[in-house]
Amino acid sequence: MAQAAAVFRAPWAGGYRRLPPFVRETLRWIGWLAVALGLYTLLLLAYGRDPVQAYSDILSSTLGSTYGISEVLVKMIPIVLCALAVAIPARVGLVNVGAEGQLFVGALGATWATLAFPSLPGWILLPLSAASGFVAAGAWAGVCGLLRARGWLNEVFSTMLLNYLAVLVVDYLIFGPWRDPTSSNYPQSRLFPAAGWLPTLAGTRVTVFLFVAVACVAAFALVIAYTRWGLEIRAIGGNPEAARRNGVSITRYLVILMIIGGGLAGLAGMGEVAGLHHRLNPGVSSYYGYTGFLVSWLAGHRAALIPVMAFVMAVLASGGDILQITQGLPYAAVTLLMALILFVVLAARARKGAKSQ
Amino acid sequence: MSGPLLSLRQVTKRFPGVLANDRVDFDAYGGEIHALLGENGAGKSTLMKVAYGYYPKDGGEVWLDGRELDLKSPADARRAGIGMVFQSFTLIPAFTAAENIALYLPHLDLMPNVEVIEKEIRDRAVAFGLEVDPRAVVGMMAAGQQQKVEILKLLLAGARVLIFDEPTSVLPPHEIENLFAVFRRLKQAGFAVVFITHKLHEVLECADRITVMRRGAVTGSISGREATEDALLKMMFGGGAVEARRAQPPVAAEPAPALNLEELSSGGAGLPLREINLEVRRGEIVGVAGVSGNGQRELGDVVLGLLPITAGRKWLFGEDVTGWSVARLRQAGVAYVAENPGYMAVAPGLTLAENFAVTSPRAYQLAGGLRVDWARVSADMRRAYGALEIEAPDPGLRAGALSGGNLQRFSLARELGRKPRVIVAVYPTRGLDARTANHAENLLLAARSEGAAVLLMSQDLDELFSLSDRLVVLRSGRIVGRSRPQETTQIEVGRLMTGGG
Repeated sequence: MAQAAAVFRAPWAGGYRRLPPFVRETLRWIGWLAVALGLYTLLLLAYGRDPVQAYSDILSSTLGSTYGISEVLVKMIPIVLCALAVAIPARVGLVNVGAEGQLFVGALGATWATLAFPSLPGWILLPLSAASGFVAAGAWAGVCGLLRARGWLNEVFSTMLLNYLAVLVVDYLIFGPWRDPTSSNYPQSRLFPAAGWLPTLAGTRVTVFLFVAVACVAAFALVIAYTRWGLEIRAIGGNPEAARRNGVSITRYLVILMIIGGGLAGLAGMGEVAGLHHRLNPGVSSYYGYTGFLVSWLAGHRAALIPVMAFVMAVLASGGDILQITQGLPYAAVTLLMALILFVVLAARARKGAKSQ
Repeated sequence: MSGPLLSLRQVTKRFPGVLANDRVDFDAYGGEIHALLGENGAGKSTLMKVAYGYYPKDGGEVWLDGRELDLKSPADARRAGIGMVFQSFTLIPAFTAAENIALYLPHLDLMPNVEVIEKEIRDRAVAFGLEVDPRAVVGMMAAGQQQKVEILKLLLAGARVLIFDEPTSVLPPHEIENLFAVFRRLKQAGFAVVFITHKLHEVLECADRITVMRRGAVTGSISGREATEDALLKMMFGGGAVEARRAQPPVAAEPAPALNLEELSSGGAGLPLREINLEVRRGEIVGVAGVSGNGQRELGDVVLGLLPITAGRKWLFGEDVTGWSVARLRQAGVAYVAENPGYMAVAPGLTLAENFAVTSPRAYQLAGGLRVDWARVSADMRRAYGALEIEAPDPGLRAGALSGGNLQRFSLARELGRKPRVIVAVYPTRGLDARTANHAENLLLAARSEGAAVLLMSQDLDELFSLSDRLVVLRSGRIVGRSRPQETTQIEVGRLMTGGG
């Protein structure tokens, strides 16, 4: 029976199996991506749009010019930092859904520092503003870590609910006490002093935070791989029951990694207010927190894959803006594509996990 | 006797990197209790899971009553009349016994008539000695009762071949006898009973036929009457006889206790401990007897510092350590040998070196934690294995790649290799094959001779009686009896464990 089946196997089946594992892995990923794009194509067709035109619009507007690429980088910075905000706690099993809110709180912290000390020189003001954003958002997220460590409240709920609270607090401040008296129409804070603006790179909108994001990814990778803390973190992630009995303090890591994660999302918020808007306004985030969540899960919380996935998502996010203009599609159309990709990839990973059991 | 009821011919099963079954032949007849004996990892469970359609086979044939079966899933096997009770039960805790059984029936009506099913359950229960209340909720039942529900499930579904995977491992000692009585009644009714085990005395007690497996192949099959312990050991281990259980060498214990629990009560998850008074001295093994789930694991966790202490004190060498963290206690020389090391002691995804280092990561850190001295970890790991006279595996190997027995050896090497002063061993030999278990016991004895204080929980009274200097009996989180092995009997201890008399 088994031999007969072997004879009638598809001719390419054997060839695929002979390929080296990483090629197979890559092919499989391309395959899954194709499934997601295929589904999205059907949706576009159902909507009466030209899918080929839509995909080529996305690509040409983002990767077709230096400006397009620079705009992708602009979006990548907060996405990478928010992905780290999710990935770092995820290594000890925490699900941080609150990067969006943490970004808002970080923006708030940065804005407070900048507007409170407007006369400081840039080389003091910018680090102060960044630290203030990091600390504010870190404390904000740390509360969720503490609640979880005590066994009082699961972090999924606390971080998600605090997203709404963060947005409301920012709204309150910019509609109320922090409102810029000179702009009567827009609810926004006063403009930052020039010293509080992040330097940009060679005529683009890309700020020096590009290097900060890269450094954070590298630090994450190195800490996990080489340090004692990385060892303990991997032990908790690998088997919390054993880690507890081996004397690793799980509660401490739950709180600390949540603080670090939240702090990095806060840093993303600081990067946005100090780098792009130069003031606090309601549009400080274009769903970066949620996109970062997606990126982290797509990357399996691994440092090396986060920039790759962030790049893909930044292309789509930039492309989404273009689709609104050229195809008259709502921005939700591109959110839908992101969701499809996440869905397909997670399904593929679940399938792989089930197989290996 | 007519032909075999269940017949496996040349069955082969491969797992990645392992040939679990290599062209195995196996026959089970109706009206026979057939024991499948072998060390852990000999391929017994795998073979039976192939017969049950749980694993697809890589070669060979499964025949039932002279007909070849094409098993694609356990559903096919059940339809044909083969049933299996797994080591971990497959019951739904929130359902009643009758509901669990009904769920398993091959032709369940859309609107099942519960009374008919309950009556059938009662009939079978009386006939085979499987008394359970059909309306009782399974989650509230003890393991022995749940096992009866599992058996009834198979009987009502029309199984003629009943396969049991390590059925005695979940039972307290006195219930094992009942199970064997059920086996005998099933046999008289013409069923084929196959049970997997690695315990010799069970096999000798109740099997009509014994098939022994070793390293994925059958090494022999003899009738229960002809079987002797020596013959079976030879078939299991290939000639090299297992050393006999040793006599009790007296070690002079110091008067001051190494570990002292004083009127101690615990909180947290699990069964709370109540007013435990317990001393363990240097050079002494204190055995804790009890039916599984009466506070043994909690006692281990309390000593290790995992569970909160709500009342009373914990002393270590005269120092009050009641509030100490796990890390601090470990640093002070407390070691913990867990049951099921894959779940309780190591992270399977990490390497052996990483798992070795993680119990005392600060001891191996460089530059304040920025680096870990992996060379020293590997050297220490090799030394720990060397001290126990076991060959060390590659420290770069993933822990998940080791078998259960080798994982327990790793756990023992890690915990005992550092010369701990207090050892907490919670079911350290559960699920291990005879030789590995023997080795683990010897290691505990050696640690004791070197002056360690050992607190040993075990379900195996033989083990407790042969290793312990003193015994305590734990029931419902309280110590209900204390004695020395030479001053009591297993029957007496069993009575205390179950609360009888």
